[in-house]
Amino acid sequence: MIQKSHECDVLIIGAGGAGLRAAIVAVEHDPGLKVGIVSKVYPMRSHTVSAEGGAAAVIKDFDSFDLHAYDTISGGDWLCDQDAVEVFVSEAPREMIRLEHWGCPWSREESGKVAVRPFGGMKNKRTWYAADKTGFHLLHTLFQTTLKYDGIVRFDEWFVTSLLVDAGRCQGAVVLEMATGKIEAIRAKAVVICTGGGGKVFPYTTNAKIKTGDGMSLAYRAGVPLKDMEFVQYHPTGLPFTGILITEAARAEGGFLLNKDGYRYLQDYDLGKPEPVPVLKSMELGPRDRLSQAFMKEMEKGRTLNGNYGPYVHLDIRHLGKEIINSRLPFVRELCMKYENLDPVEDMIPVRPVVHYMMGGIHTDIEGATPLPGLFAAGECACVSINGANRLGSNSLTELLVFGARAGKSAAQYAKTRNGFSTGLKSIYGDEWNRLQKLYIKKKNGKIRIAEIRDRLHNAMEKGAGIYRSEQSLFESQKIIENLQELSHEIRISDYSSVFNTEIIDALELSCLLDIAESVIQSALCRKESRGSHQRIDFPNRDDRNYLNHSLAYKRPENFPEIRYHPVKITRWPPGERIYGR
Amino acid sequence: MQQQITLEIFRYNPDDKEGPAYKKYEVPFRKDWVILDALNHIKDRIDGTLSFRWSCRMGICGSCGMKVNGNPVLTCASFLEKLAPGPIRIEPLEYFPVIRDLVINMDDFMDNLKKVRSWIIHEKDDNLDEEYLQTPDQLSDYKQYSMCINCMLCYSACPVYGLEPGFMGPAVIALAQRYNMDSRDDGNKLRMDIMNAEGGIWHCTFVGDCSAVCPKNVDPAGAIQRYKLEGARAWWTRWLLPWGKE
Ligand SMILES: Cc1cc2nc3c(=O)[nH]c(=O)nc-3n(C[C@H](O)[C@H](O)[C@H](O)COP(=O)(O)OP(=O)(O)OC[C@H]3O[C@@H](n4cnc5c(N)ncnc54)[C@H](O)[C@@H]3O)c2cc1C
Ligand code: SF4
Ligand code: FES
Repeated sequence: MIQKSHECDVLIIGAGGAGLRAAIVAVEHDPGLKVGIVSKVYPMRSHTVSAEGGAAAVIKDFDSFDLHAYDTISGGDWLCDQDAVEVFVSEAPREMIRLEHWGCPWSREESGKVAVRPFGGMKNKRTWYAADKTGFHLLHTLFQTTLKYDGIVRFDEWFVTSLLVDAGRCQGAVVLEMATGKIEAIRAKAVVICTGGGGKVFPYTTNAKIKTGDGMSLAYRAGVPLKDMEFVQYHPTGLPFTGILITEAARAEGGFLLNKDGYRYLQDYDLGKPEPVPVLKSMELGPRDRLSQAFMKEMEKGRTLNGNYGPYVHLDIRHLGKEIINSRLPFVRELCMKYENLDPVEDMIPVRPVVHYMMGGIHTDIEGATPLPGLFAAGECACVSINGANRLGSNSLTELLVFGARAGKSAAQYAKTRNGFSTGLKSIYGDEWNRLQKLYIKKKNGKIRIAEIRDRLHNAMEKGAGIYRSEQSLFESQKIIENLQELSHEIRISDYSSVFNTEIIDALELSCLLDIAESVIQSALCRKESRGSHQRIDFPNRDDRNYLNHSLAYKRPENFPEIRYHPVKITRWPPGERIYGR
Repeated sequence: MQQQITLEIFRYNPDDKEGPAYKKYEVPFRKDWVILDALNHIKDRIDGTLSFRWSCRMGICGSCGMKVNGNPVLTCASFLEKLAPGPIRIEPLEYFPVIRDLVINMDDFMDNLKKVRSWIIHEKDDNLDEEYLQTPDQLSDYKQYSMCINCMLCYSACPVYGLEPGFMGPAVIALAQRYNMDSRDDGNKLRMDIMNAEGGIWHCTFVGDCSAVCPKNVDPAGAIQRYKLEGARAWWTRWLLPWGKE
């Protein structure tokens, strides 16, 4: 039944920033290793491409590792593991310089040194940027650099449907080749999941079509816990219809957030005083969660505007003038003109909070290892955690590099300790083949459209597990998700072709989204406090006595996940208050 | 204002015995919809068998290029309104083998990207304690060529790519040039040799359509022209001035 079996030493699932970095490290660690990268889209289509603002790393004399660490930890509302943060800030600069040496076109000072800009939640200027296409340049630089290693083999447009786990360790993955419909096994001595986030579980999001949490779901189904899934970051400034993000840089350069009366409403929410020029960590440069929460409060007070896609406020950058907008924010202008049909030089930009980033993910240690031997993870799909309860903007691109490299190295080292594969793989592959035939490829007489389930999922998540949550709202959404899980066995498949069957892909992605949804909701229900991005109206305060812990969601068959807790690692910064604008 | 608009979409499935055909779909006509929104509407509500690629819906991932009324465009950046009253004809990008429906095979581009060594080549060792200095002027020398999102629109606009199997095509040449012009790179000569070898660039007849359709203003035609000038110079230098500095 095995159509063809491929073999690698290290298999990387995902070709975004984290996956590509991991691949390069693995092959450089030992050029004799065969490193495979499988990705459901061509590497340069990965969503890292859309990151705009920049990547943080200490490089200037006025800055220090401790300051970067403190901003990260306080920004994360003390849920970051501080040993991980210390590693992160100290390894960040070399990673960024390496990327510079690989050709990343970082923006420069006149002297030729790399330029840095301020960023929300960072007390110092430390965000490297490549105009406002940082992620695009980072991804293409990494991708083009991987081309020079003959030890790296790519499987472009192959969709991973499950992990091959036998004899207590991960030994590869089962993969659907999209162009042919073949289901194949890729055996590997070590596997690194780098599949990015799952923002598509929500309706309004900056995340692309492909961000469906597949890798989290793969690990979850293999018994690996998902950590801190209740922490979902909203970005305060997305375009209402498309969710397209208007980068924080627009505010860092001096943009104002205005309610329907033209009033800078953030001053009412303990975020500092309105000054004409931007002040770091204050007002519009406060942290994302606080800005999104302020929007909800304004909405309740009836001080937002109303449009075709619900309530919104204005982001005003007109006073910066055409020249600054063109030189510093050309992409912002381009996006507004191309997608919202307005020119920010002359018009205010309608914005609303949109889901942007998942702090939670596959439980890993500081070396990128998960509890399952042979399985590693890095990037947005993983949770080390340096992001805690709220990620600071411009930390995650850097995280891709630092922890992509760490996970890649760990995987390479692990692979070298193994030889051969267990004999059970063949039957596991056979089972997966049968499952895919039955549930998707040969499915007949389904009743309900994929899009229908997806829409209901979106509504349930937005309503019950959005910016503000309560026990009741979460329970209600949980019931809906439970029902959708049953309905998802009744999906209607109309495409029976083996060639580039995107309907099957949509169905597989939907099943991952449902996993993400159940883990987010259950984790949120169990965390009876408010911290960072997780705001419970029934438990409005942070509760360090009971919840200075990571939550770990373990999959249970036919049931909601079991939640266990794992202590946060504190090294030098005892929990304190998050203070902005004072 | 009209309520509906008609899309005529190229359908092809190698599994079917019937050959390619155009199929008509009626979709809502909305002011803020781009072609891609209409395709997704079809896929989600009308016909789940339609295949096409997309991801970012913000003109940066490069997946959604198609021919719309004969012109290669990013479908996530083309408003229905600009194409009213319709019907709008949607086809896969030209000059590529079609895998299915609107999905093309771009292996040739991926292979050539590697062939031209589109990465930084250093002669010196890496010192990771410091960045290379690069002034804003030096950055702007190559910046434009680094903006390519690999969307393949320029290939679809290039008659030479359609005719000459050996021609590497506009974007690959622009990307090679992107590294050549980078002050940190030492690979110019190597790339020149590769490109000078048969097929690389010489087929280009300066039609210039590649630059006209590029959504990121990369100007591949300009890159090719520069390359040809340099390539010709290198060629003459080699043959006529063997003692000359190369
Ligand atoms: C609009 C936007 C702007 C942002 N701006 C910034 C910023 O300025 N600074 C910052 O630090 N961060 C920013 N972020 C966050 C950051 O960009 C992401 O967290 C990061 O790029 C994720 O990278 P990744 O490598 O983990 O995953 P991705 O780049 O998302 O890549 C995931 C990969 O996994 C593959 N994959 C997924 N599922 C499967 C499967 N089933 N089978 C096979 N392959 C699969 C995909 O094909 C893809 O290659 C931004 C995010 C967004 C959405
Ligand atoms: S040069 Fe322009 S048109 Fe050609 S692939 Fe690159 S971005 Fe697309
Ligand atoms: S969908 Fe990404 S460029 Fe159009």
